[in-house]
Amino acid sequence: MIRVMAMIERDLRRYIRSPALVTLSVVMPLLQLVILGYAFGGKVKHVRLGVVDRDHGVPALQLQEMFQAVAAGPATFTPVAYADPEQAMRDLREGRISAVLEFPPEFSRLVLAGAGPRLALIEDNVDQFASGAVQAELQAVVGEFNRGRHAERAAARLPGDTTLAVVELYPYVPYIRFLLPGMITLAIFSSAMIGGGIIFIDDKSRGLHEGYLVTPITKFELILGFNLAGVAKATLSGLLILVIGMLVAGVPDPWNVARLARTFVLILVTALALISMMFLLVSRMSDPLIPRMLFGVLNILMFNTSGAQYPIYSFPPWMRVLTAINPFTYAVDGFKSLLFKNTGFAAVGMDILFLLGFSVIAMAAATKLFRRTL
Amino acid sequence: MADIEVEQLTKRFGDFCAVNAISFTVGHGEIFGLLGPNGAGKSTLIRMMTTLIPPTEGTVRIDGCDVVSDPDGVRRAIGVIPQAMTSDLDLTAEENMLIFAKLYGLTSAAARPVIQGLLEAVDLIAWRDKPLKMFSGGMRRRLEIARGLVHAPKIFFLDEPTTGLDPVSRTAVWEMLAKLRRERDLTILVTTHYMDEADKLCDRIAIVDHGKLVTLDSPLKLKASVPGRNVIEVSFASPPPGWTERLRQLPDVAQVEAVEHVYRIGSHNGPATMIALIEAARAANTTILSLSVQSTTLDDVFVHFTGHQLRDALQAPTFQPMVRPGR
Repeated sequence: MIRVMAMIERDLRRYIRSPALVTLSVVMPLLQLVILGYAFGGKVKHVRLGVVDRDHGVPALQLQEMFQAVAAGPATFTPVAYADPEQAMRDLREGRISAVLEFPPEFSRLVLAGAGPRLALIEDNVDQFASGAVQAELQAVVGEFNRGRHAERAAARLPGDTTLAVVELYPYVPYIRFLLPGMITLAIFSSAMIGGGIIFIDDKSRGLHEGYLVTPITKFELILGFNLAGVAKATLSGLLILVIGMLVAGVPDPWNVARLARTFVLILVTALALISMMFLLVSRMSDPLIPRMLFGVLNILMFNTSGAQYPIYSFPPWMRVLTAINPFTYAVDGFKSLLFKNTGFAAVGMDILFLLGFSVIAMAAATKLFRRTL
Repeated sequence: MADIEVEQLTKRFGDFCAVNAISFTVGHGEIFGLLGPNGAGKSTLIRMMTTLIPPTEGTVRIDGCDVVSDPDGVRRAIGVIPQAMTSDLDLTAEENMLIFAKLYGLTSAAARPVIQGLLEAVDLIAWRDKPLKMFSGGMRRRLEIARGLVHAPKIFFLDEPTTGLDPVSRTAVWEMLAKLRRERDLTILVTTHYMDEADKLCDRIAIVDHGKLVTLDSPLKLKASVPGRNVIEVSFASPPPGWTERLRQLPDVAQVEAVEHVYRIGSHNGPATMIALIEAARAANTTILSLSVQSTTLDDVFVHFTGHQLRDALQAPTFQPMVRPGR
């Protein structure tokens, strides 16, 4: 028994002497609770809905006023008026808006005639949660509109009522496929954490860096070397998960060369951004335990706020801030465009620009913070 | 110009003074020892000399270059073997050396013959393509010595190169350093807490305790400055079998150590043992090649100058390399 007590005593003494470990073991689950709670619990909000009015009649305007009421109330979507239907479609394809609602030219006349006019809803259906919520909200608004038109007959839909014709822009994306962009980013992230963060600090604490620091290598050469080695490893894991993931999740036409090439560029830029972030975080770190715990915390913070598993439209405003500054978000958004919408670089230009800018800032800060002495 | 010039060198970590106003110079071709217990400030001293930590006060010039104003000049002139084994276990002996040659700007083509020569010099040529995880501690240390010389430095720093090695490996490392110094025209600065190592290897020794330079001189003079026990060092042309046993039976002998043909005889009465030794050699018909009687050991020197045994001192936690954020 005394031997068992000795084991217990040793462990507990060590535990209470590592305040960082104790703190993080409490912080981690709490963070998980808050982030996951808000990431999955919320209602979809502020999805950008392009509205093209080719009719300009009174009933069409009435309906658009009802949209404004939705925007002010439950705020499921925010209507954005377009004069040019082609511009609206371009923005939809490049991800600036998530759906387009079109009033056909003869809409008002057909409403007044009770001839059963149809509103066209063209939606970016890659994100099933967001498109489903917008569709449901629009159905409710159209139902309300119909009931307003025949007030005394407040019954179910009648023949001659306005209906919503839904067009899905892309082939159906099942959830396993929807998760794939997040998983590719996660593979790059894990490689950056292990290869860039944990191994770096382990080598440092074992004194391996002392060997480099006595050579004439400059600070920038040292960081650039570590960084590019990390990028090579992270890119390789990203590519592996891309290929395996496409086959497992059944992405159509997985060997499309143009798409593979574009995705490779995005993987490379994502790896650069995440490795640079890693070096910024560990540039002043020495305790090998910290990057291990940081791995868990960052995983929760970055993955769950990126929209990889649930639409960012349902996040509360404070979480949308995390989403906006999170490189994970831009990587996931880019992979979604390339893999499910087969877009060109135009649609992922903003994503690549953000990731590159993020890399430059993080690398510059890491170089500034890194000390070329022990 | 001396190869190493240290003037009033001081390092403070907060209130803790790890190195306190130390000055010395090391001439070209010398093997210079920094001797002291763990926590005496030896590693801090060597780290300041090798540009790894900035001094609080004082100056260091290595091969004429100041460590603060021209660290790269210093780095090109020196080879450094840190205390921790810093080679990659997953890489082979040759790969480890090649990486370091490139860090010094050598191309693969230029480095290969150099590496070949160095691996031969440290007796590791047979294991050149084996990963370091298969090496013993002594082999790893020898590889690191070879690695530190890959850019043909003028001045070689070794921080406790034999700590943790078994006696046979320690001897091998000493012999290797003596040989490299001769063959490669090196100036060597080595820290150690082994008295015997400093005694055998070094031309001059600085004894450091609590961050201060206690004394500095050749081992012989240091030992001569203290009265005490005797050590007889003797070598024979061809010692007969069982010779060590025979030496043990001489009068007043406390112990006998043999390294190849050199015997170190500890004696309570040096002159009496020496006379008996000469007679025993003549009786056994073996020629004495060299004979010396030393009055004391460096352990005695250390006690004499510091007033305490060579023991570990409690060191500030800030002392440990790399376990806390850099300063």
